[in-house]
Amino acid sequence: MTDTTSDGPMLAADGTPLKKSLARALRLQKMRALMLIAPLLLFVLFSFIIPIFSMLSRSVENNIVADTLPLTVVELQAWDADSGDLPDEPVYAAFVADMVKAIEAKQHTRLGTRLNYEQTGMSSLFRKSGRKIKRMDPATDGPFKEALIDVDKKWGDVDTWRVIKTHSPRYTNGYFLNAVDMRRTPEGAQAQPEDKQILVKLFGRTLIMSLIITGSCILLGYPVAWILANLPMRTANVLMILVLLPFWTSLLVRTSAWKVMLQQQGVINEVLVWLGMVADDARLVMINNQTGTIIAMTHILLPFMILPMYSVMQTINPSYLRAAKSMGATNWTAFWRVYFPLSIPGIGAGSILVFILAIGYYITPEIVGGTKGVFISNRIAYHISSSLNWGLAAALGTILLAVVLILYWAYDKIVGIDNVKLG
Amino acid sequence: MKFTKLTALAVTTALVAPAAFAQEMTIVSWGGAYTKSQKNAYHDPYSEKTGVTIINDDSSNEAVAKLRAMNEAGNVTWDVVDVVASDAIRLCDEGLAMEIDPDTMLAPAPDGTSAADDFGDLLVSDCFIPQIVYSTTFGYRTDLVGDTAPTSVCAVFDTEAYPGKRSLEKRPINNMEWALICDGVAKDDVYDVLATPEGQDQALAKLDTIKDDVIWWSAGADTPQLLADGEVIMGSTYNGRLFSVIEEQKQPVAMLWDAQVFDLDGWIIPAGLSDERKKQALDYIYFATDTQRLADQAKWISYGPARASSAPLVGQHADLGIDMAPHMPTDPENAKNTFLYNYEFWADYRDDIDAKFQAWLAK
Repeated sequence: MTDTTSDGPMLAADGTPLKKSLARALRLQKMRALMLIAPLLLFVLFSFIIPIFSMLSRSVENNIVADTLPLTVVELQAWDADSGDLPDEPVYAAFVADMVKAIEAKQHTRLGTRLNYEQTGMSSLFRKSGRKIKRMDPATDGPFKEALIDVDKKWGDVDTWRVIKTHSPRYTNGYFLNAVDMRRTPEGAQAQPEDKQILVKLFGRTLIMSLIITGSCILLGYPVAWILANLPMRTANVLMILVLLPFWTSLLVRTSAWKVMLQQQGVINEVLVWLGMVADDARLVMINNQTGTIIAMTHILLPFMILPMYSVMQTINPSYLRAAKSMGATNWTAFWRVYFPLSIPGIGAGSILVFILAIGYYITPEIVGGTKGVFISNRIAYHISSSLNWGLAAALGTILLAVVLILYWAYDKIVGIDNVKLG
Repeated sequence: MKFTKLTALAVTTALVAPAAFAQEMTIVSWGGAYTKSQKNAYHDPYSEKTGVTIINDDSSNEAVAKLRAMNEAGNVTWDVVDVVASDAIRLCDEGLAMEIDPDTMLAPAPDGTSAADDFGDLLVSDCFIPQIVYSTTFGYRTDLVGDTAPTSVCAVFDTEAYPGKRSLEKRPINNMEWALICDGVAKDDVYDVLATPEGQDQALAKLDTIKDDVIWWSAGADTPQLLADGEVIMGSTYNGRLFSVIEEQKQPVAMLWDAQVFDLDGWIIPAGLSDERKKQALDYIYFATDTQRLADQAKWISYGPARASSAPLVGQHADLGIDMAPHMPTDPENAKNTFLYNYEFWADYRDDIDAKFQAWLAK
């Protein structure tokens, strides 16, 4: 032993240095381990990470203007947007040349839709002008300035060209500005007019209501989890089914059931009126507002709170409580000083689950939220499926993701993520 | 040698066979009673005639977004898609739908009138083949509105004469127009007024007077349900939904046809189909949009056929046995005061007014 260490590196049986041979063996092992998780890794990569990043990248991507009007964008560089004068003939000529190509590829209406997000009227301007520009020949029919203004007088409006120029870069901060109720203008970022500001308000409402929902889940879930953890196994299992049963029922069914319960001609109001606790003409408004969203979502997310709490509470040894009491603690002191601190990791895990699920909820607020109980996700869904403004939807989604990550980080700093246990 | 030949043959057959027997089509529509009416009037007769199996996909309310995603992925799995006219215009603008030449691709009327003339003004987009005319209009509870039943759309804004909740769609379209009409704007000027910021404020101010009495809906089934439960005393929805509440479910509900807004629903064929599938889709469209087929659909649902030549052929409801003509939005008795959805206007102003409308709602 002493010979080898003094003579140089330790050698394996085949004469190679032991360090090298060990590294090789470990590498093989790591490779094998990697092979085992490779299917999952690839699945996550292809079905989750790549799509999410390609979606998020839309929030800054803005190739459509430069791709559809390449010559015009170059010519517009030389034009001073603040001068108040219209661009000169070369811009118009370049525009007609670009448009003729774009019309052939049926890209011009698409560009119109894009620019219509920024200035109302662009959509029909491009669609209508397209029909007439199609018949022009960029090589021979010049000059185009007069001709184009003749096609539609909006081409003689400085603002039209300013919008095209402002939104011509391939990467834009415009969608992010829109997402926080601002807009990109030739003079830089400006606030949206007051009557169009809504998104910041919705972000705030989403956060506050998610916190309220998480709070009510803790309040309602804690006693249930405690009972489940302290009952004999057989009874606990039966009660557990009661917790899990709604969990297995379709989300839409549960939400619609709340509608039947809470509406003004619904079960709860009928009972209250019958009992004489509420006058017939003063029935409680419990749905199509924030109350409705909070009640329905608390109910739907409750199992996500109860299950981690239950599994943590099960591991708390009942003899701790007995020991505390035998040393003179009251019931409350024993609970508050001994049991509660031990159950915190369950609350932490449940809260993270519920809060993060709540912040992205969409279908329940849509059905029971009315106008004041809807979340930012409802706007994201609108921009994805109705207005087709995917850039704005992606920007909103990115902000939401960032907010969740920041909150997670803050949670880790304050509570500590090691303190979270799922069982 | 023989073995290889056999294998080659087997492989070729395996590769060719699915293509040769690709007698399947995916048709996208709205689901529910509407898809049922299409199945009875179009799909079943077509399958019987050609042997093609038709797969129904109820995704029309997300068709535009899904078609865009399919197009970007380069894999369009739908053959024919049922969309409202405004969506068809957008799909056409985005290059996601194929252009249709009505004279060569659609059947002429039985009397020889060309398809273009038979559909007339309803061909609102180069990519769109209209199928039905439907309307968004109001229904009211006959037992909850008191002694004088409402006859004008402005009853919606009159909370003194008709106290109680109303349901309106959670979007500016139609609501803004009704608000302006009831605020004294002449019908012909509505869109000119609505194009100005002052006009938009005026419409929102009018809506503000009933804001606390409104339940906002986003699914077509909401208003019928709210009416049946007595949650609202009147509400807007599609006329076919109201027909089913009134005639099929026998609820105490009646139609208020005043200022109904006409809209169109019809087919598009997605861009980017293979030649074979495109041929198949066009063949289906030629069959399903001829005069008789469009008239047949009215046997199952109270929407008016989009061809002028189909109107006289509209008969009785297949199950209820009642005459369908008086339930059509296009019936002269119902169409005394109507509106046609202004596609051009809303294509331009949708983003702007929607932002204002949503901000107003959240206030």
